[in-house]
Amino acid sequence: MREIGTLALSAGMAAAAGLVGCFAVMRRMTLASDAISHVALPGIGIAIAFHVHPLLGGAAALLLGTLLVWALEHRTRISTETVIGVVFSTALAVGSLLASGEDLIDALLGAPGEIGGWEIALGLAGALAVIAFVLAQRNRLVVALVSPDMARTAGVDVSKLDLAFLLAFALAVALGLRYLGVLLMGSLVIIPAATARYLARSLGGMLGMAVAFAVASTLAGGLLAARIHRPTGPVIIAVAAAFFFASLLARARR
Amino acid sequence: MANVLEVEHLRVSFGENEVLGDLSFAVPEGSVLAVIGPNGSGKTVLFQALIGSVPHQGTIRWSEGVRLGYVPQKLDIERDLPVTGADFLRAKAAISGASHGEIGRALSLVGLEPGAARKPIGTLSGGQFQRLLLAFALLAHPNVLLFDEPTAGVDERGGERIYETIRRLQMEERMTLLLISHELSVVYRYATSVLCIGRDHPCFGAPKEILTPEMIASVYGAPVKYHHHDA
Repeated sequence: MREIGTLALSAGMAAAAGLVGCFAVMRRMTLASDAISHVALPGIGIAIAFHVHPLLGGAAALLLGTLLVWALEHRTRISTETVIGVVFSTALAVGSLLASGEDLIDALLGAPGEIGGWEIALGLAGALAVIAFVLAQRNRLVVALVSPDMARTAGVDVSKLDLAFLLAFALAVALGLRYLGVLLMGSLVIIPAATARYLARSLGGMLGMAVAFAVASTLAGGLLAARIHRPTGPVIIAVAAAFFFASLLARARR
Repeated sequence: MANVLEVEHLRVSFGENEVLGDLSFAVPEGSVLAVIGPNGSGKTVLFQALIGSVPHQGTIRWSEGVRLGYVPQKLDIERDLPVTGADFLRAKAAISGASHGEIGRALSLVGLEPGAARKPIGTLSGGQFQRLLLAFALLAHPNVLLFDEPTAGVDERGGERIYETIRRLQMEERMTLLLISHELSVVYRYATSVLCIGRDHPCFGAPKEILTPEMIASVYGAPVKYHHHDA
């Protein structure tokens, strides 16, 4: 029973990452997404120091980081890329100082280990929330992506939608921290979606393919990592990257 | 006739740079307002202020029950964005509660073939893309249409077709039309009133009063004071 729950959780986490990733890729947030996931590290470090569950610390730090990005984008004229580059690299440095040894390696690269029942339930609820958000809001998200001004005249509150999307993004990253770690979770959001973008010709096609690639990479990577005794994160991303390069070849032939 | 839009002492600034200074005008229901002015005079910014996407000072008062349709000038769409015209129109229909039948109606109103709507939007020609944006704006029955340079990037025949379409829509559906255009002959033919934003004071009046050689020279003639890119 526990095994089925763990499997469902990793599939749900991956599906959430794939869906959020589609809009992150189309909004050209590729680099930002990677950097945002790094901000979880100091949260994890502080949580370990205070003997709190590391993922709670990571999630809290992600929430703060997300609010910061949104505020910078909407309230100031500072270049978002500059700020992300500075703030999030600093977060990575500070986080590495706070955590150490085994804990640091696990936090950076991911180590699923034993997952408790309540963690599975909470994680599944989070994954379902992200999936439901993207599917329910995909029309608003796509119109705002093509033209924020046209979205406004269609009655979309673009600024609120941006915030909701960034929060869904942060939640998707938090869900995957245990599997992929701080360094690589951003890549599970981006790579399957980028693969789907190369192959798909419509929005529905892209969303479906991104979910399929993310889930397949996560499940196959998880199994392979256990067999070759390596951290899960790098193996999952290696599988996802293999799909990506295969998609480049497939498109070149088309 | 009642006014759909009343604007008083509208100002828009980006930082210390004033892009629009002290504009006042009114738009009666069912009329056509053309906005003219040289590049960089803030015509697009005016539309963005009217739809509430840039902060402004002064008053912008839309009448009650106004439903806006907005067609922007140019959009930077990547060629391989996997979003089809149909995806885009269905999204608007879902947001605004319009039926699928209305998508077909909007497509035939603007004369866009269903085959083109099934292609990714980044692969459409300039004219096809412009008609797709117009179809998007027409979904959910707007009563005011804001159109920024309807024929920019469209060949001459396509441009004429777009003007014929908006003219027909405006007559048949009693729509109020706000139009940014460089084509003074079109403005002269279609507009009920003209607002010019130039280097000096803005002017506002009937096409016959505004489109005189002296006025045009004063609007377009001298170098513009502010360099703001419309894109």
